[in-house]
Amino acid sequence: MSHVAQGRGKYGFIAGFLFAPLALYLTFVIWPYVQTFGYSFTNWTGQSPTFDFVGTDNYAALLKDEVFRGALWHNLLLLVFVPLVTILLALFFAFMVNAGGRGGAGGVQGVGGSRFYKVVYFFPQVLSLAILSVLFGAIYRSDEGGLLNGFLTGLGLIDANHPVEWLNEPNLVLWCLLLVVVWHGVGFYLVLFSAAMQSVPKDVYEAALLDGAGRAQTFFKVTLPLLWDSVQTSAVYLGIAAMDMFVLVSTMTSGQFGGGPDHHSEVMSTVLMRNFLYFGKSGYACAMGVVMLALTMILSVITLRATRRERIEF
Amino acid sequence: MGSTGEGLGRRDLIKRSAALGLITVPTMSFLSACASGGAENSTKGPDKAAVTKENPFGVAKGGKLDVVVFKGGFGDDYAKAWEAAFDKKWGTTSSHLGTQEITAKLQPRFNGGTPPDVVDDSGAQKIPLDVLGKGGQLAELNAVLDAPSLDDPSKKVRDTLVDGAVEQGMLGGKYLVLKYVYAVFGFWYSGKLFKEKGWAPPKTWDEFLDVCTKAKDAGIGGLAHQGKFPYYINVVIMDLIAKKGGPDAVKAIDNLEPNAFEGNAAALAAVEAVYEVVEKGLLMPGTNGLTHTESQTAWNQYKAAFIPCGSWLENEQLKQTPEDFDMKFLPVPLLADSKMPLAAIRAGVDEPFIVPEKAANKAAALEFLRSMLSREWSTIFAQQANSLTVVKDGVDPGVKLRPGTQAAVEALKAAGTNTFSYRYPDWYSEMDTEIQNASNELMAQRIQPKEWIKRAQAAVNKAAQDPNAKNNKRS
Repeated sequence: MSHVAQGRGKYGFIAGFLFAPLALYLTFVIWPYVQTFGYSFTNWTGQSPTFDFVGTDNYAALLKDEVFRGALWHNLLLLVFVPLVTILLALFFAFMVNAGGRGGAGGVQGVGGSRFYKVVYFFPQVLSLAILSVLFGAIYRSDEGGLLNGFLTGLGLIDANHPVEWLNEPNLVLWCLLLVVVWHGVGFYLVLFSAAMQSVPKDVYEAALLDGAGRAQTFFKVTLPLLWDSVQTSAVYLGIAAMDMFVLVSTMTSGQFGGGPDHHSEVMSTVLMRNFLYFGKSGYACAMGVVMLALTMILSVITLRATRRERIEF
Repeated sequence: MGSTGEGLGRRDLIKRSAALGLITVPTMSFLSACASGGAENSTKGPDKAAVTKENPFGVAKGGKLDVVVFKGGFGDDYAKAWEAAFDKKWGTTSSHLGTQEITAKLQPRFNGGTPPDVVDDSGAQKIPLDVLGKGGQLAELNAVLDAPSLDDPSKKVRDTLVDGAVEQGMLGGKYLVLKYVYAVFGFWYSGKLFKEKGWAPPKTWDEFLDVCTKAKDAGIGGLAHQGKFPYYINVVIMDLIAKKGGPDAVKAIDNLEPNAFEGNAAALAAVEAVYEVVEKGLLMPGTNGLTHTESQTAWNQYKAAFIPCGSWLENEQLKQTPEDFDMKFLPVPLLADSKMPLAAIRAGVDEPFIVPEKAANKAAALEFLRSMLSREWSTIFAQQANSLTVVKDGVDPGVKLRPGTQAAVEALKAAGTNTFSYRYPDWYSEMDTEIQNASNELMAQRIQPKEWIKRAQAAVNKAAQDPNAKNNKRS
């Protein structure tokens, strides 16, 4: 590397610093992608180094795979709702915590006890997904021992002999999972948005208040435009999380690598893993991986483009 | 879904999701990292000793033996005791790994051509045997069967095993898997509860429903099942089919016949019988969404009269079972006009031990398997893991059994030659999964028996297109 560092001009100098990370990146990130792409044209079983080339058979089969198509649909549904709900809630809470207090003589401030709320909201973020799935497993438990069922039975809203089987209800399971993701994510984005709000100069708010703006107006006319960069970044992150969802689905729902009942909570990654490790159809699973990669990239680009706005300087 | 290996916390969420989480985050790179191990074969192996009658595989002194076992319901103490005994006899050095993450730990080694010597490939994360077999990764174990038994050198090992033990280790026409544990399947109940309430163990399905109804009237659930894992309710459905339709019905399913389910009166009657439990509200409330430990524990707390399971249940529930629970076994009750008697039971061998084709010390691995099939090692297993092995009368009479295991032994005796087993879950994992999904829908009353039959047959027809369907035949 040293000969590069000694090299000519500043580009050689910069390239010298980039060489090692670039090599690592190529070896451990790009090369596996390329390999996956290669394997997606084979009938590799995943347990043996031998396989045959089958051309685009895997992709043709993928088009006809109803389970995968269902999973794709679920991912898209989550892609819409996870960022939307999480960001809206986080924005609302962040605003209340930072600028939602009574606009009195003290100027702009959060609601009472906002420091305390900030800490409490962040708690869920500290928990790992593994703990979350145990926690919410107990909440959604399908007999009277479940927190939700116990609560609703106690209120007399449901019959103890017919408790709601939350994660075993085709129409509920995905929303139950969505709730976990949102619960987990809101705190983090609240803190992110709080930081962004605090960097907004107070006099901007004060000016708005003097002009007679109410809370809603302050939020939509001042806070949101100034926070747009953060919101945009959050949307991309949450979108990627919604495309994954593997850990929660595979641990909380029924079936090999989750996805139950009867594929109603299936996401692409669970279908992929089941085919890869359980059915021994690894070549086919690689084809799914390639599709997932393509979709994630397309969606990231679209999100960044669609949310592009003029930057407001302050 | 293995059966006998389902231990305490086998699907323990924390461990499972931690393991899954680790392999998911970099899913893509992971996919290929496994594959890129290359195909080169690095077997140099130790020198072989001369083959003698006492040493039929030519185990060399001072070799190494690499053992990996699934640390589930049976723990792994039995394996440690075995390895100590083996090292003492052969002067080998054993390395031991007890883990629940069989796939994560071993898949790269299989792909890289450096697998261990002996593997207990079980648990939720086992590497599917059909896949390993298809890939030519498993050594044939006929030599072990044909070697002299350690207990009686005049006999071959083959002749010291229970019926069906060899047959159920066949994959694609070859004996590749030593299924070591012998388990019986059926319903379980508390002798104490039944005595208290004055219920008699049912003999027919109508009597079964009757007890469930009485239980319901007494404020107890009738039938509990491990809803999150429909594997268990499938045991009930399949056993009813087997008993009503006889061995031909079993064969039809395993051999993927076009009328395995559709047009098979026994199959429809069996599914309708199970559905009747649901329809009459005789399921324990909420059981459809519970894990195996949750439902079994509820049953241990007298919240349900019956639960279906294999004979590993007692060991799995050791800590949750009240002292005076008096666990009892009940063969699946009969439907009208059944071809098999009441005493007939599904008796399965499980806990698959394999020797990889590319094992570095294959001779020692085969000798290890031969030792497992001795009465001495079989007794070690029964003591450490509360379970029976495939060795006929393989437990020293001095070992006292717990009530559930004792009940299972008696049921086995009563069944005599009337035992049966299914092979399709091993042969066609995809078909098994699809039938399990259908059963889950049935239990939740989202589909009717006729729809179940249709879906199960569709799964069979799909599996029939598997190229392996030619080799996987039973008679």
